[in-house]
Amino acid sequence: MDSAAQPASHSQTNISRFGDQATWRETLQNALVITRREVRDSFRDWRIIIPIFVLTLFFPLLANFASRLFIRLFEGYGADGENMVEAFLPLMPMIVGFFPVSISLVIALETFVGEKERRSLEPLLSTPLTNTELYLGKVFAATLPPLLAAFLGIFLYLLGQILGSQQWRPDPILIVQIAALTTVQGMVMVTGAVVISSQTTSTRAANLLASTIILPMSLLVIVESIIMIQPRYRSVLWYITGGLVIVTVLLVRTGARIFNREELLGRSVDELNLRWAWRVFIDQFKGKGQTGFNLWRWYRYSVFPTLRSLKPALYTIGVAIIASFLMGWYFSTVWTLPLQDSYDNQIILNNLRDFWEQASRDPTWVGAAISQNVRVLLVASFLGLFTFGVLAILVVIIPFSILGYILGNITYAGLRVTPFILAIVTHGVFEIPAIVIAGAAALRAGSVITRPPNEMTVGEAWLRAIADMVKLGIGLVLPLLIIAGILEVTVTPRMVELAIKIGF
Amino acid sequence: MIEAYQLTKYFDKFLAVNEISFSVEPGKVFAILGPNGAGKTTTIRMLTSILNPTSGKATVAGYDVVTQAAQVRASVGVLTEQHGLYERMRGLEYLDFFGRIYHLSAEYRQKRALHLMERFGLGDALDKRVGEYSKGMKQKLALVRALLHDPPVLLLDEPTSAMDPQSARLVRDAIKELRQDARTIILTTHNLPEADELADKIGVIRRGRMIAQGDFESLSTRFVGPPTMELRTVQPLNGLVQAVGDLVTVTASGDDYILYTTPTPTETNTQVLRRVLDSGVDVLTLSRKSQTLEEVYLHIVQEDEE
Repeated sequence: MDSAAQPASHSQTNISRFGDQATWRETLQNALVITRREVRDSFRDWRIIIPIFVLTLFFPLLANFASRLFIRLFEGYGADGENMVEAFLPLMPMIVGFFPVSISLVIALETFVGEKERRSLEPLLSTPLTNTELYLGKVFAATLPPLLAAFLGIFLYLLGQILGSQQWRPDPILIVQIAALTTVQGMVMVTGAVVISSQTTSTRAANLLASTIILPMSLLVIVESIIMIQPRYRSVLWYITGGLVIVTVLLVRTGARIFNREELLGRSVDELNLRWAWRVFIDQFKGKGQTGFNLWRWYRYSVFPTLRSLKPALYTIGVAIIASFLMGWYFSTVWTLPLQDSYDNQIILNNLRDFWEQASRDPTWVGAAISQNVRVLLVASFLGLFTFGVLAILVVIIPFSILGYILGNITYAGLRVTPFILAIVTHGVFEIPAIVIAGAAALRAGSVITRPPNEMTVGEAWLRAIADMVKLGIGLVLPLLIIAGILEVTVTPRMVELAIKIGF
Repeated sequence: MIEAYQLTKYFDKFLAVNEISFSVEPGKVFAILGPNGAGKTTTIRMLTSILNPTSGKATVAGYDVVTQAAQVRASVGVLTEQHGLYERMRGLEYLDFFGRIYHLSAEYRQKRALHLMERFGLGDALDKRVGEYSKGMKQKLALVRALLHDPPVLLLDEPTSAMDPQSARLVRDAIKELRQDARTIILTTHNLPEADELADKIGVIRRGRMIAQGDFESLSTRFVGPPTMELRTVQPLNGLVQAVGDLVTVTASGDDYILYTTPTPTETNTQVLRRVLDSGVDVLTLSRKSQTLEEVYLHIVQEDEE
């Protein structure tokens, strides 16, 4: 071979520009090499280009026309034109922006799973690019074209409104708000698509699973639309944006963790291996190395070690509960209830006696108390699984903010707090630990996918966390709730009655 | 230089590669043979730092495949089993993309891509979309991609599998040239004549284990036995077969030929010749009857099965 084929030192690659030695700037440059190619490739695909073109250029014109039509229609029925403009016109740019940005989901699925399916990923994986560079490059590539199309669509719509018959002058903050919302929506869809892609090997399977992104996002856009047409509540959209940023961060964390060479090449078929899943679940439920089932050994070698391993989540839930209680207390000073006007010991005593009589006649009251708590914790656990544990925390802490609010009001009204505290603490000694444990297990089961242990796949880590959740639920939470339920119906009213009677 | 020591890879509980050890010197070609699913591709992927070994160690071009993965990948050119080309891109554009990844200068990557495309007979397809390439052209483009950054180590998974004989010859000649340039090359193949032609050393993998490795001579002697010599005479042998029986092991004979084996051909052949000539029979040829790699390979696999 001639000189071009055989330079003296062989590799012409500057090795220091890769891996740990690369600077952030070089990492970004490396990622952008991927982005450029992917974007160029996307623009060669008519299945992507035509929808983007139509949604970017045609849809804003249609939206302009539709908004004029609606305003005239409502004005015809006597609606205030100016208020209609303020309520209705800002809605459209949000919708106009959402449609092109939703294409990012399609591009992301194509970029990640499509490459996997066509086996074109391996040559890329053989290059010195890091997993982060590959991940960033692909995320940018999936996000940028639809996002730019969305901004162009919003711009065209606004231009039509500003120059058109409405002569609408939108608040710049509103435009920033819509742009921010559109951007994070795109990011959520792309980063969610990466997580989905990691669990599939075919575009078909990925498209089916993509409904888990597109349906909640569509529901969210409906909620956002309802908020948008009420100018007074538009600030709520900032909270939604903030929430979506958190979801994006969690999805990026998950995606960056699972977008690695080992995971990408390790999975070859979309097989639901129920036997394996059951084995993993049972193994975790019983405890490692435990054969057969012995209740004593189960508690000693499985339940309690799991509880110990849950420490960080337990602390998180504990802190969240305290914060929630204090926030409830704080709000009692903002929105104070007129308790001093309605507080009557005799009425409370009568109520308690009625309660006690009915409860002693009907043993199902105990069951009702237990099942109410079980239901709430089941809902919290289920929601936590699909929201990185966030909704598990929320459901668990809300009752504590209510407690804080009521206790704050009682204190503020100068009333005796002992009966109230006894009403909580008597059975709460068992109920609160049960809530904390259940909340912590749900938090970990939901959040483990953002950072599964190194030696485990996301699926295995999730399954094991769910097994832990079930284990603690059966082994600790349920017994504690049963005790709490019995105390709540049989002892708590007596304690409160006693405290009121003796004026304690 | 490539060194692997007890490389092992598990996928969950499936043992794909089981304590494989070998080394390849610069300027040498190591051919890995084995049936489908034997662990060849997994071994290549570990040497490319795409997959982490479950246990064991390996260094490629002096870099550790686990702790210096980026450096390893910058030092190797890989021809993957599936070419994985971007079909909407044009040939030259495709190479330019990979050249950018390796941070090759614009001038160098242009010059290098043009040269290699010409070298492998793709000069007319520079601006053609990759999707329009034939299967063999795609294979060659993938090989060009592997050579683009001029790596000191080449890992070639089935380099000529989809090629017509002429293209395959072109690629084999290129591999020989690359070897002369002191590059370390590993190739996996099912094409045994190709391995025979190119490899300095051969390793046979089966069910994740390296069941045999060495140069062709040593493998042949070890698994098939000493080489077979063929003596052809002008006149009939007339009882000479018995006359050399104390020197060699005769495996077959006819009127004017005799096939024999000997563990020490250099010394014994002279003695055999002397006896034949002394008996007044003229020797037409004395040649070594070559064993094919296929025979050797089948012996190795059979012995492992037993």
